[in-house]
Amino acid sequence: MTSSPARIFGLRTTLVLVFAFLYIPIAVLVALSFNQGGLPTVWSGFSLKWYASLAGNAAILSAALNTLIVALVSTAIATLLGTLLAIGVEMRRQYGSGLEALIFAPMIIPDIVLAVALLSFFSMLDFTLGLHTIILAHVVFNLAFVCSVVRARLKSFDWSIVEASADLGASAVTTFRRVTLPVILPAVVAGALLAFTLSVDEFIIAFFTAGAGRASTTLPMQIYSMIRFGITPEINALATIVMAVSITALTLSQRLNRGVIGQ
Amino acid sequence: MAPALAWLTALMMVPCALVLALAFFRRGIYGGIEYTFTLENFGLVLDPLYAGIFLNSARIAGTATLIAVVIGYAAAYAIAAAPRRWQPVFLFFAVLPFWSNYLIRTYAWIVLLNREGLITQLLRWFGYTGEPPSMLYTEGAVIAGLVYNYLPFVILACYAPLSRLNPELAEASRDLGASAMTTFRRVILPLTVPGIAAGAVFVFVLSIGNFVTPALLGGGRFQMIGNLVYDQFLTANDWPFGAALAMALIAIMLLVLMAQALAADRAAGRIAEAKADG
Amino acid sequence: MSEPRTLLAIDKVSKNFGRVTAVDGISLDIRENEFFALLGPSGCGKTTLLRMLAGFETPNGGRILLDGRDIAKIPPNKRPVNLMFQSYALFPHMSVRANVSYGLEMERLPANEIRSRVDAILATTELVAFADRKPEQLSGGQKQRVALARALVKRPRLLLLDEPLGALDKKLRGAMQLELKRLQHEVGITFVIVTHDQEESLVMADRMAVLRDGKLLQCDTPHAVYERPADRFVADFIGVMNFVPGKAAADGVLAANGARISGTVPAILSPGAAAVASVRPERIRLFPPPETANRVAGIVEALAYHGLDLQLHVRTALSQKPFLVRVTADAADRRPVTSGDAVELGWDAADVRIFAD
Repeated sequence: MTSSPARIFGLRTTLVLVFAFLYIPIAVLVALSFNQGGLPTVWSGFSLKWYASLAGNAAILSAALNTLIVALVSTAIATLLGTLLAIGVEMRRQYGSGLEALIFAPMIIPDIVLAVALLSFFSMLDFTLGLHTIILAHVVFNLAFVCSVVRARLKSFDWSIVEASADLGASAVTTFRRVTLPVILPAVVAGALLAFTLSVDEFIIAFFTAGAGRASTTLPMQIYSMIRFGITPEINALATIVMAVSITALTLSQRLNRGVIGQ
Repeated sequence: MAPALAWLTALMMVPCALVLALAFFRRGIYGGIEYTFTLENFGLVLDPLYAGIFLNSARIAGTATLIAVVIGYAAAYAIAAAPRRWQPVFLFFAVLPFWSNYLIRTYAWIVLLNREGLITQLLRWFGYTGEPPSMLYTEGAVIAGLVYNYLPFVILACYAPLSRLNPELAEASRDLGASAMTTFRRVILPLTVPGIAAGAVFVFVLSIGNFVTPALLGGGRFQMIGNLVYDQFLTANDWPFGAALAMALIAIMLLVLMAQALAADRAAGRIAEAKADG
Repeated sequence: MSEPRTLLAIDKVSKNFGRVTAVDGISLDIRENEFFALLGPSGCGKTTLLRMLAGFETPNGGRILLDGRDIAKIPPNKRPVNLMFQSYALFPHMSVRANVSYGLEMERLPANEIRSRVDAILATTELVAFADRKPEQLSGGQKQRVALARALVKRPRLLLLDEPLGALDKKLRGAMQLELKRLQHEVGITFVIVTHDQEESLVMADRMAVLRDGKLLQCDTPHAVYERPADRFVADFIGVMNFVPGKAAADGVLAANGARISGTVPAILSPGAAAVASVRPERIRLFPPPETANRVAGIVEALAYHGLDLQLHVRTALSQKPFLVRVTADAADRRPVTSGDAVELGWDAADVRIFAD
């Protein structure tokens, strides 16, 4: 392509503007979380006091704990099931579009629809709502995401190494443990981190399947109700922490997946 | 494999089927469900009041999609034109915000747009003294929020075909006498349509079914389908009507996906031709 | 020398995938310590047959007897048979040493025995220096040797090699052909190699089987297959052959232009049946002595030097395609020819093979 100065200037300007658009809102939020004054949007000096006040907020702490429980348990289940599903689907290679749609659906179905569907389902069965129902619900989409990450890795997987392992005398279990799993492990971990991030951030489905009461309030639910009340510096601080956690998890996940591609 | 499929069936297929079934029942007098077959919920969906909300949602989602695609394509193009070793870095940082909490990203716009927010302060700094403009709780705020939240995905979707594009194709077009603009319109754009379509469908589907953004940035005044479904289930307690609305949402989504699949098939033919030539 | 012992008996083995018959009632004996090649064009069923020997496919019919025991139903991990994969299938997350040790660990051998056997095979395959490398750090030829070492270290009764040289460039392939032959001799293991490259099987194999459309066409030594091909397809597939189509006569073939090619007509061909006479390029002489049984005049269309010999394309009235003639450089020097020259070709009746067409 031609690289005239005008063209290069245009391309650079585009990048600068887009990154400004993406990062200014976040940057303002993070900056204001260190704001000393009580006014949530006017700068009046550096302070960590809103972080300290978070640590003393029992409602937020209990919501954070709930979120952690939901995310860890649903990620664990989804990682196991999603990985096995991915292997099963990729190994037989020929699969119906129905199966494909079933696996794809949880990723594309509007959250609100899955949320009301699960609420109807649980109340129909007279299920007591709580953390366990949130976990059941989160596994649905987490499993689909883990499956798609692992499948992407398996697309470039050389299945002859599985046959080679059998040929050299290994049983199916040994082959999985010593050959298949180690090779796809980075993708499995990346999928798990992705699932964890999604689960930590998920709001609507949790909101509908949590039931009444504080006991099963998750962090996004807590944040939502705080935002509804208005802007507070405390939310800014909480938001900064939550963003830091999910961005760390994603960065790790990306690194692992790049390692896979690098091979 | 079986446990995963069982899980998806029990906790996605069955509940969705249940909602579909619910849509054919009558609402009970005290909010419950009366198990008599009726089509009136679907009739109600077509009622001007609710049909208006559907149209409103489609317009907001459509506008957000258009803006996101234009910005996202430009960004993806700029990234794909950057030096090879910088591309993954740019891409990573373009996608990074996408993985922070959706509520928080939306909240960031409340902070930005509220009457004493950054934009008002900037205006003051430039000497503006009048009433702060009301930007929050407008349709524009909702669209801005949607674009902001889904832009990274469009960038990602458009980058994929752009980065795979053989640069010699553009050079060949220039060599054959086409201007830069014509080359873009007749060569680059057609070959990257699948990426645009994937990005557009994603933004549209997620926007039209969105609940959080209109609820927070629209301040409840700009109701979209998602909010309507929410209200029927949690406020109005009319589950059968809420179910009908949810099914209408799914129907729209399926239509859009089918249209995309068709477009992708056509584009795939074009790309196959281009590859055979190259 | 005593009669060689049969190691593997393939007895009327068939395999079909849905409606497609990949292997159609093949019977073959493979002898102890021989280097055996399964040769055929792609889709001939050779790879399916190999995968049945390895245990990755189960025959629909017939028996596979290894040392007299039917192994058709035994899973791959329980067979004293190892396969060297076409893609090599090296475990990407393991070092060369770990790859090679893997099969012995599966046999639960004591660690010191594993170590000494792995060391020995790494030495044989000249891989000692690369023992700690990962597969991605190896060249194609090195990967191929690791795959070979990994299979050989198990001391299988039978080693199967699926297009072992297919991924290597031409020069390396030539060297590895001799290398494989040397190794096979050294370890004393029966090798069965699958290849679509007829030259490869001629060079390496003690005996070879030519397959087409799931059927066995011929099984013999390379020399016998080359000199006495079983049918027209084999004659064409192995080496280069000139064909003259025509009709079978009492002692030869009558070409379309009325000329007669003398040769021995197989008994199954009744006079007048469609037949084809064939002769190898190196059996044809330029300007033959007058007593030569078959002679024909032609025009040189093209010629190419190949170092020691000279290849000529000679247009004759006998066939549509020009004749390919290979003469030694010495012979060419004695009486030089160039494009456009009129020449006479001749060959003996004994060098003619006649097939049904």
